[in-house]
Amino acid sequence: MSASEEPVRFTGIRRAEQNLVTGEDATAGCPSGDAGMPGSGSGCKLSRRSLLGGAAAVGAAAAASAAALEVFGGSAKPAAADTSSTAGSSSSGPAHQWAMVLDLRNCDGCKACTMACQQRHSLWPSQEWIKVYTMTTAAGGTYHMARPCQMCEDPPCLYVCPVGATFRTDEGLVLVDQDACIGCRTCMAACPYEARYFNWGDPKPAAKIPGMPRSPDWPVPQVKDTVGKCVWCADRLPKGELPACVAGCPMGVIYIGDLTTDVAINGLGNVVRLSEFIRDNDGVRFQEEYGTSPRVWYIPGHGQDLNSDSATA
Amino acid sequence: MADVTQREQSGDGYGDGDGNGNGNGNGNGYSHGDGYGHGDGHGDGDGGLRALAMRPVLRPGRWWAPTVGVLALIVAWGVAAWVVQYHRGLGSAGYNDHAFWAIYIADVVTFIGVSYGGAVVSAILRLTGAEWRAPLTRIAEGTAVVTVLIGGAFIFPHLGRPERILELIYRPNLSSPIFWDFVAVSTYAFASMVFFYLPLIPDLADAADRVTAAGRPRLGRLYRLVSWRWRATPAQRRILSGSVGLVAIMIIPLAVSVHSVLSWAFALTSRPWWHESIWAPYFVVAALYSGIALVIVIVALFRKLYGLQALIGERHFVRLGFILAPFGAAYLYLTLADFLPGGYVGDHGVAAVFSSVLVGRYAIGFWLFVVGGCIAPLLVIAIPRLRHTRQIVAAAVLVDLALWLKRMIMVVAPANYGRISGLFGSYHFTWISVSVTLAGVAAIPLLLLLLFRVVPILSVAEIEELAHAEQQVHIPSPAVIPAPTPVGVNTRRQPSDLLGRPATFDIAPETP
Repeated sequence: MSASEEPVRFTGIRRAEQNLVTGEDATAGCPSGDAGMPGSGSGCKLSRRSLLGGAAAVGAAAAASAAALEVFGGSAKPAAADTSSTAGSSSSGPAHQWAMVLDLRNCDGCKACTMACQQRHSLWPSQEWIKVYTMTTAAGGTYHMARPCQMCEDPPCLYVCPVGATFRTDEGLVLVDQDACIGCRTCMAACPYEARYFNWGDPKPAAKIPGMPRSPDWPVPQVKDTVGKCVWCADRLPKGELPACVAGCPMGVIYIGDLTTDVAINGLGNVVRLSEFIRDNDGVRFQEEYGTSPRVWYIPGHGQDLNSDSATA
Repeated sequence: MADVTQREQSGDGYGDGDGNGNGNGNGNGYSHGDGYGHGDGHGDGDGGLRALAMRPVLRPGRWWAPTVGVLALIVAWGVAAWVVQYHRGLGSAGYNDHAFWAIYIADVVTFIGVSYGGAVVSAILRLTGAEWRAPLTRIAEGTAVVTVLIGGAFIFPHLGRPERILELIYRPNLSSPIFWDFVAVSTYAFASMVFFYLPLIPDLADAADRVTAAGRPRLGRLYRLVSWRWRATPAQRRILSGSVGLVAIMIIPLAVSVHSVLSWAFALTSRPWWHESIWAPYFVVAALYSGIALVIVIVALFRKLYGLQALIGERHFVRLGFILAPFGAAYLYLTLADFLPGGYVGDHGVAAVFSSVLVGRYAIGFWLFVVGGCIAPLLVIAIPRLRHTRQIVAAAVLVDLALWLKRMIMVVAPANYGRISGLFGSYHFTWISVSVTLAGVAAIPLLLLLLFRVVPILSVAEIEELAHAEQQVHIPSPAVIPAPTPVGVNTRRQPSDLLGRPATFDIAPETP
């Protein structure tokens, strides 16, 4: 990320912050052109450094930007994270509790998120870790709904795994150790969101990236005859980078957020106060009746104003 | 010493008899027993029964090796198919993300299910003291052992990464139903082997010298080794009978637990039709139903192969049919009880799956199961004109085929159903999955043929003991020595039990 780009990022943050305060529409802080370039490792990248710069410029007056800093001020560089103490969120627990909000009002079903994910993780076309469903409402209308892993707080897939190959990090990510998975597929049976995809044959070849061996965070390439799933780009989050789908969504539908600091950000650079954003927009969680406590909230809608189509899952 | 001498005598007598029988050909294994025993009143029935029990071990017949060869080839073909599958990935067996469970888990459930029948038929008949069981128990218990091993083996093709299966031991997740499946199936498999082994001890002790005399000294040594110096002392008999009774009692709840836990691999997920409280008893009843049917099939097969018609007659099949029928009726009832509430209320997932099963893409299979697997067998057993060996065996074959089909539907329909899209995926059979499954089917007779090549096919001690008990009640005079009678005619013999006491046993009439 060159220094000249930083003001752009910063502008994005500040606009987002205005959005929070004034309710104005935020404009794109990141050109959507370079979104959807997974594998390059950039996407719409809000680097920790650029955010730090932004925060320094604005000061800690705006809680949102400080919190946004906290979202992306990862544990990867604790020394730098110390400067963010103004966020006042440091406690003994884990630094983050990751969450997502999908603002379906803006989703046009283009599947850029799916493709971004598949490129980044070297997946076959049938392996739609984030899958865009076209849903039908009771009134006969349709809307699009992207379904990443819901990162349940009570994940059924984890409970049924006979060898503990599925585990949940203390930051709330449900991941799979594909070097332990015995391929019994009980997790696929258990997941109410059908978010798991098996490698029924050889995985799609992936170029080896030096210094990035396969891990539950970075399950690339996939492992034959084991199960894979959306990981929210767990390797990027600590580095202050956006998941591929978030960065790849040209409509800014997908927000990645942190329950600890109560902030979320989308690929357009819009930053929102997570709890308010969900509450004010009647966010719901998908299939909440299964009691899995997903970490994904949906704001119902389909590219139209709020009240026309009350599509709930 | 007296025991040993007597055994040796019997062994000699047996050897003669077998020689005769062999000369006469393999057509009917029992005929030779009469000819030789004439001169030796004591060894008569003894040698006949023992000859019959040991015939598969010592002289199974010319058909044996080719049959085993063909079955072994089928199994080898299946294993080869599995190796190909392992290299290509599970997709080569027809699996995909919308059919993530299919044929192999249905095979696991089917084979472990039929195992239950063998164990429970034997256990219940033992516990209730049903005397007619005696010629069946060894075959039933052997079937239980063999099928649980095959069912367990189907876990390997079912898993994507079978080489990691030991993780179940060194890094288990105790909240997983699959882990408890593993525990329950292993425990049950071990128990079924114990249940097979314990009643075998007196027979092996009895046959040790006999097989040595017949030119199988190594087998004789093995028999002596595993029969633990059994001398049929009253103390030994008391211990053995207590142990068999205890295992017979224990194996019933153990098997209930196996099939319950197997069902919970499905029912503990939230998928429509799998997530049903009725599934545990449903699986248990299905296991009993299909298992008793398999006992009927296997008993019929081995009766024919080894000429056991004199001991196992139509009455055995009719009685097994009478045990089979209530389970068939119960299974039909549970099927109704399974479908009615979900179908009546019509939650959209459940309604979609149920309509696919009852009137949709799986309907042909489902109604074949209802008619062929439940109603037809029930009619065969209910209508006296149909209630004959051949028809009952045919009905039992139908039951096993239909219940496999039912399990396929139970596995595939909910797995196919897309819970978010509401669309159905599909599972396709491939040559690999069919080959592996057929190998499992062929492995049942193969392993039983091999098993009864090393252990007596009849529970001689048990037959004699029951015959003795019967004689104590009904026939006060043991002195009657029957004249030789033609094959297939009801006759009374006088074998000795293991204590050397004279006894009689009843050989059932049989009209082929």
